[in-house]
Amino acid sequence: MSWETVIGLEVHVQLKTRTKMFCACSTAFGDPPNTHVCPVCLGLPGALPRPNQGAVRLAVRAALALGCTVHRTSVFARKNYFYPDLPKGYQISQFERPLATNGQLSIGDKSIGITRLHLEEDAGKSLHDRFPQATAVDFNRCGVPLIEIVTEPDLRSPEEARRYLVALKQVLEYLEVSDCNMEEGSLRVDANLSVRRPGDPLGTKQEVKNMNSFAAVERALGKLRDQQIAALEAWQRDPQWKGGDSPISLTTFTARTGDLTPMRVKEESHDYRYFPEPDLPPLDLTWYDIDPEIERATLPELPAAKAARFATDYGLPAYDAGVLSATRSIADYFEAVVKAGVDGKEAANWVMGPVLQDANENAGVFRVPPQRLAALVQLVRQAAVSLQAAKQVFSVIASSNEDPQAAVERLGLLQVGDQDQLRTWIDSVLQAHPEERRRYQAGETKLLAFFMGQVMRASRGKADPKAAQELLRLTLDQK
Amino acid sequence: MSDIRARAREAADRIETDGRRLNAVLAFDRDGLLRQADAAAGRRQAPLAGVVIGVKDNIATLEYPTTCASRILEGYRSPYEATAVRRLKEAGALIACKTNLDEFAMGSSTEHSAYGRTLHPERPELVCGGSSGGSAALVAAGAVDAALGSETGGSVRQPAAFCGVVGVKPTYGRVSRYGLVAFGSSLDQIGVVARSVVMAANVLSVISGRDPNDATCADREPFRPPEFPRDLAGFTVGVPAEYFPRDLDPGIRAGCEQAKRALREAGASVREISLPNTRLAIPTYYIIAPAEASSNLARYDGARYGLRVAPPDGDVHAMFRATRGAGFGPEVRRRILVGTYVLSAGYYDAYYRKACAARALIAQDFTRAFQSGVDLILTPTTPTTAFRAGEKMDDPVAMYLADVFVCPANLAWLCAISVPAGRSNGLPVGVQLIGPQFGEARLFQAAAVLERALDAQAEVR
Repeated sequence: MSWETVIGLEVHVQLKTRTKMFCACSTAFGDPPNTHVCPVCLGLPGALPRPNQGAVRLAVRAALALGCTVHRTSVFARKNYFYPDLPKGYQISQFERPLATNGQLSIGDKSIGITRLHLEEDAGKSLHDRFPQATAVDFNRCGVPLIEIVTEPDLRSPEEARRYLVALKQVLEYLEVSDCNMEEGSLRVDANLSVRRPGDPLGTKQEVKNMNSFAAVERALGKLRDQQIAALEAWQRDPQWKGGDSPISLTTFTARTGDLTPMRVKEESHDYRYFPEPDLPPLDLTWYDIDPEIERATLPELPAAKAARFATDYGLPAYDAGVLSATRSIADYFEAVVKAGVDGKEAANWVMGPVLQDANENAGVFRVPPQRLAALVQLVRQAAVSLQAAKQVFSVIASSNEDPQAAVERLGLLQVGDQDQLRTWIDSVLQAHPEERRRYQAGETKLLAFFMGQVMRASRGKADPKAAQELLRLTLDQK
Repeated sequence: MSDIRARAREAADRIETDGRRLNAVLAFDRDGLLRQADAAAGRRQAPLAGVVIGVKDNIATLEYPTTCASRILEGYRSPYEATAVRRLKEAGALIACKTNLDEFAMGSSTEHSAYGRTLHPERPELVCGGSSGGSAALVAAGAVDAALGSETGGSVRQPAAFCGVVGVKPTYGRVSRYGLVAFGSSLDQIGVVARSVVMAANVLSVISGRDPNDATCADREPFRPPEFPRDLAGFTVGVPAEYFPRDLDPGIRAGCEQAKRALREAGASVREISLPNTRLAIPTYYIIAPAEASSNLARYDGARYGLRVAPPDGDVHAMFRATRGAGFGPEVRRRILVGTYVLSAGYYDAYYRKACAARALIAQDFTRAFQSGVDLILTPTTPTTAFRAGEKMDDPVAMYLADVFVCPANLAWLCAISVPAGRSNGLPVGVQLIGPQFGEARLFQAAAVLERALDAQAEVR
């Protein structure tokens, strides 16, 4: 009998604000330790939080884009636990009344339920390798605004989990609410997984965290699933087996690159003693001058909608539409090229080929402006340059920042369709190959390709192939 | 020599003599005070130019450490100052010293101070009340003109009553809490102790008003002291039966009767009212305040500032345990334990959630009373006059009951004031007026009438 895998994800996303959630300190990443701190984010005696309106707005936009019900009043709550990088001894989060609930995100043909989305602040960072025998704490990250996005246990495979994460990241990047950079910790994934026989109640779940990429998430979940299935099957194979408690323990694993390491058993089992944050009144969106309906109206077109539109409007295959809407910058570039007069399919071929290749090699920068690419495509259409040569021109102008026409001329790649010039090249080729000419005229017509190659060579690639071939055939057929 | 400088010198002398004798002062800098006086002498137009102020040591100041009378914050210096303190300085007041309190403001006698109790200014064997006992004793001794205290459950009004001075607890949100070291955040409010109602009103007007640094501070203009009319025509004062139990101290009862007569004579109508949920106040308070405290005091763990006790070979949690065990006194530990318990999974609904519901009922009693046409409520401030030191130290609940009449106003986010009403067996008796939220103007008007009508030095009759 088969096993069913059940996965739920909790994703923490750092909001793209200039300042922290409850104070005016900068959220800049990578600065020297403890240079972005103040009495508030250090939790000094007597200091009080003051919420960042910008962060609330970004959270509302994320919630709307994920189809959540946004609550006009929600409540901040304290999550209490002791840790050196948690300066107040509690994290300001949301608990009983989160900002948003009941959303969904579609991955292909399946919709993944989103239980809740809430606002919270980040903790500092413990550095265990900085000094021998001591732990150092960097509070720069402490108080940085986060949203936590929790799914229903709707995911059925590690591969689905990865697809959900890709889709989520895409939406959040489209909204410009987060950089979603896993390496810098601006997107963090905690996953839980259990297995069961189809139709059975949920099995015991285990948690895995600290993965540094979506691939690592998928790998770790695959291993966790295999491990649980093996354990359950071994247990059930035992001849003495009579059911009873699952052999799966409530272990949490850490899996930076996907290899599972059980985490040290926590000293205290965690009771976070959540209660409403008395330092903050309920989060009333009206008070923050945020109207969810206005925010909804100003949401950008989201990836799924954009891909569907590309497919319809430009007659693109679903795969191409997906690639072209993968990020907002690719989609914007593609549409700018179309707007500059290039046919949709032609633009798609250019963007998915040379453009993305060049961007990938140059930190995602589109080095050839859309107008310029359109001008280059126009030269191909006018037969002023061959497609092959145009691709060469593209990589040249990407670094030289030239006008395509000027580059084509400078590189001597202008295609020649002039009859007199073509005749000169053809005549020289026919004179050089009398034997082949005789064979052609004796009926060996496949030698046309040979002659074309020679003409292109004689013209150093500049001959307009179409015009040259026409004239060549005419000349050969004359006698 | 200017009067401001002269007054500062006199205050400095008294802080050094009476203040030290009473153990009311935790930090004092004579030269600093005189320097502030020099500066204030140059700007006499400032609203509180030269007024000498003591600041309870749980309010952050730049000039002095802020210890909360706890070992865990011994010598701790705040890198910023409380909004209330900054506003006092801007108004020309002189920040003279830091005053003693029960550790983290948890207590009713200052006996829980890690630095020893403050003596009653007239009778050293008695307590001065608390937790703002140092502030009340210093004001009573004339060493300072006024003092900041803080209230979570009556901690300004109760010691003011014991020491025979005026103590006001403003409406929750009237004064910024920024820089007030948190105890029970939903109850905490900075208050004022002064020798006169007018002085208390003037100090409050300076420290009140919106503050972007405190999200719970009301978005309002600062309080403006009202006109002080001679009479109280048109005022209705309610007297709640629940505040006059049969076993109430006769001297306290007599003080209240005298106050009632004075109010009537001033033209107010006085009538009996009922606040039926009053009996819930102490149990409710002793769930909500410790719950919030258990979380607010979690930050004192030895990791970043303050006391650190690190056992050899122990991990970080061992350091937390050792630091907190050594740094907190028994009453603070008791409340942290109670607070942690009532917020725990499985107990939250039975205690914390239920206490929040009870708090709403208590507040509703007051709302109904005020809606029924009552402007102010008159009650005793305390069940007894100042008690003997040590008397309640072995019985926490007896100590808690010292605040039975004062903590409802904190639970209901109201404003309230204690005014001297005379003496019983030679000891000060205080009467309390409670007003609706942001009803300080009428509160001060009625308090001023009582102040004028009642002889604070005479035995109550």
